[in-house]
Amino acid sequence: MTGVRVTKRDVMPRNKEYAVRLLAVALSIVFAGVILLLFGLNPIKIFQSLIVGSIGTKMRIKQTLIKAIPLCIASLGISVAFKMKFWNIGAEGQITLGATAATFVALNLGSDVPRPLMLAAMMIAAVVAGGLWAFIPAIFKARLGTNETIFTLMLNYIAIKFVMYLQYGPWIDPAAQGFPKIAKFSGNAVLPDVFGVHAGWIIALVLVAFVYVFMNKTKKGYEVNVVGQSVETARYAGMNIGSIIVVAMLMSGGMCGIAGMIQASAIEKSLTYSIGNNYGFTAIITAWLARLNAVAILFVCIAFAMLIQGGAYIQIAMNVPSSVASIVQGTILFFVLGSEFFLQYRIVRMRDAQKEVA
Amino acid sequence: MDKNKTIEMIGISKSFGSVQANRDVFLDVYEGEVHAILGENGAGKSTLMNMLSGIYKPDDGTIRLYGEPVKLSSPKDAIQRGIGMIYQHFNLVDVLTATENILIGQPSRFFLRTKTQAGRIRELSDRYGLDIDPDKRVSDMSVGEKQTLEILKVLYRGARILIMDEPTAVLTPQEIRKLFRIIRNMKQQGCSVIIITHKLNEVMEISDRVTVLRKGASVGTVHTADVDIPNLIEMMVGKKIDLAIVKPEVDRGLQQSLLRLDEVTVRDAEGKRAVSDVSFDLWKYEILGVAGVANSGQKELCEAIAGLIRPERGRIFFEGENLVGKTPRDIIQRGIRMGFIPEDRLGMGLVGSMDIVSNIILKDYQNQPGIFIQKEACTEKAIKIVEALDIQTPSIYTPVQQLSGGNIQKVLLGREIDSAPKVLITAYAVRGLDIGASFKIYDMLNEQKKKGVGVLFVGEDLDVLMDLCDRILVLCHGEVTGIVDPANVTKEEIGLLMTGRKKESEVSAQ
Repeated sequence: MTGVRVTKRDVMPRNKEYAVRLLAVALSIVFAGVILLLFGLNPIKIFQSLIVGSIGTKMRIKQTLIKAIPLCIASLGISVAFKMKFWNIGAEGQITLGATAATFVALNLGSDVPRPLMLAAMMIAAVVAGGLWAFIPAIFKARLGTNETIFTLMLNYIAIKFVMYLQYGPWIDPAAQGFPKIAKFSGNAVLPDVFGVHAGWIIALVLVAFVYVFMNKTKKGYEVNVVGQSVETARYAGMNIGSIIVVAMLMSGGMCGIAGMIQASAIEKSLTYSIGNNYGFTAIITAWLARLNAVAILFVCIAFAMLIQGGAYIQIAMNVPSSVASIVQGTILFFVLGSEFFLQYRIVRMRDAQKEVA
Repeated sequence: MDKNKTIEMIGISKSFGSVQANRDVFLDVYEGEVHAILGENGAGKSTLMNMLSGIYKPDDGTIRLYGEPVKLSSPKDAIQRGIGMIYQHFNLVDVLTATENILIGQPSRFFLRTKTQAGRIRELSDRYGLDIDPDKRVSDMSVGEKQTLEILKVLYRGARILIMDEPTAVLTPQEIRKLFRIIRNMKQQGCSVIIITHKLNEVMEISDRVTVLRKGASVGTVHTADVDIPNLIEMMVGKKIDLAIVKPEVDRGLQQSLLRLDEVTVRDAEGKRAVSDVSFDLWKYEILGVAGVANSGQKELCEAIAGLIRPERGRIFFEGENLVGKTPRDIIQRGIRMGFIPEDRLGMGLVGSMDIVSNIILKDYQNQPGIFIQKEACTEKAIKIVEALDIQTPSIYTPVQQLSGGNIQKVLLGREIDSAPKVLITAYAVRGLDIGASFKIYDMLNEQKKKGVGVLFVGEDLDVLMDLCDRILVLCHGEVTGIVDPANVTKEEIGLLMTGRKKESEVSAQ
């Protein structure tokens, strides 16, 4: 009887760990290539176009970065909650409501308010709204021990439908001649460009540093880590677990709110119910791929944005269906996430234990 | 011996990942023999037995049963061949009776033929002296009865070879005596009994032969009659160890109460009353032992003192200040110097994935000013603790879960002692530690006692409790059944208290 068995690995040395990850990426490209070949497409050309489409020109680089910014900020927000093992999958809703609060400020504060003041007010409103949307499941979890996964997921749909209601109802732009859309922001509510890309990238970088320092250098960050590892230990050390959950979730939701504000202010220059654009869900994947490390999130999100942007480009440039891009994305994810298994376990060929017996 | 060999394990090896649990182990067991498997934690005793009961398959080596090479593919296969294992955790259905528990899972017709089977069960229990009421529900049984039922269950399934994994761990001295009587009966009937244990006294008392394992390999098999305890320790540890616990006599002067519990009642997580009206004093310069069978309220008592559970009733005074209603945070911030070594080290006392420094800081950080965590001071402290307690670790930045059990406990104890506690609460401080590490911990506790610390020592080994403690408080179902001076009582008397027979007058130590 010869077989295989799976055993848990010891801690792997760093360089070997990186080698496994690189191998996973390489394998995913090969495998995706084979699938593309089966469809009668030229994989080399497709991959080339993916790269060219995402960073080939200044304009495309800008488009890639614009996609990386909300992804990165939302991932940072999610990572704080996930560190605590609070499964916040409500980023989409928190983004949506952050955008809504920012829009409310933008449309009601007046067009003669100085731009810095206006943007600051919008951002504060977005943080509060995103934070509050995350506070609801947090307080229920802290007080009653409810399951946050379902709770945060459901709140997404409430937020999106709420904005839909605003868009078709009370906030409809009278100047749009009955068209269901919300008014465009005036110039003072739009994020300015810095080096060709809207200033959201500065905010993203600041937040990367902020989350890094918070998680590694502050007492609250330490508490979040301890609660995530063992609630019993946190209790033993005299931590106020309820308040830690609430604070971390306010931060988590607040950051997602900022992502929403940036999308409304710099991209849409208005509000639509689809403002989240699935960034809140994609950010779960990127946060996870970056192993909840703030600095890694930055790079993973740029890479992921390249995939999104490049995927959109090959549809148009090579006239292939959008599913081709999805297949490539899916294959890469499959291998990269799958490599986690090999980082933690190894597969051993079983020796025949009792050869002479059989 | 002229008897037949029932089991032979020849050159057995088994590894899990890079950990080799068994390496070229040899074991043979005869008919009518009680064979002890002795070894420290992690020596590979359980792995070896799990291969005999069909749970694991050996990577290498041969198992022979009555001379025939066999491959045991599953526990079911093992029991069909007459090998039955009795685990520390019983597999019984609470709401069913003894008979139903025995018949459950057995091939039968659509209806349980309880009546016809009852005869066979009675015949078996008579033959082996198993004193069991077949119609009693498991939920009404004591731990000892449940164990007897487990034995009956495997005998009913035809086992002639019984493996018992630390069978005495949860029993009182009286129940142990009863169990040994059963084991001797089985021996007379020609069964082979294998006992996994690390309690040397019991090995000497019950076994015919001992096989000692060390670090996964078999050190040797000896006739119990030919050896004494120091020999066995030397085989287990690999070197001679001075085993005696010295009880340092300290001049207490006037008895000074550090911690006083006054009619404290605590409910456990399920709302059941775990501690009832417990009152006692913990004095300066003493180690107060807490004895009792498992789950007699020890955990809840410790957690109530540490502020983790709020008692339902009663008062807890720390140097005159009532602690009831104070959270662990209040206790730390008020500078109340109390250390607590919880039972679950990695689950409660430490964060396994964090390094030593981050674990040392766990109780300090709240008293640091500002929003940033200051690790520098704690780095020095960590170095100091690692050196002072001789903690074996690659660095102070190694995640504690990668250390051995003894070193993990030293990190925890080191942190708690470093805060210069006046009261130290320890729950099962040496559980899972090897002999050397255990004695290191006893030394450290004695060291604290000499400094005037009041130590509450919740223990499970009565011999250790009697050697180490100045007084022993006995718990039964959450009630104090006595506080005794180990110099004036026998183990059996403590055993009686553990099962609930109250002492008329409490004895106080000198």
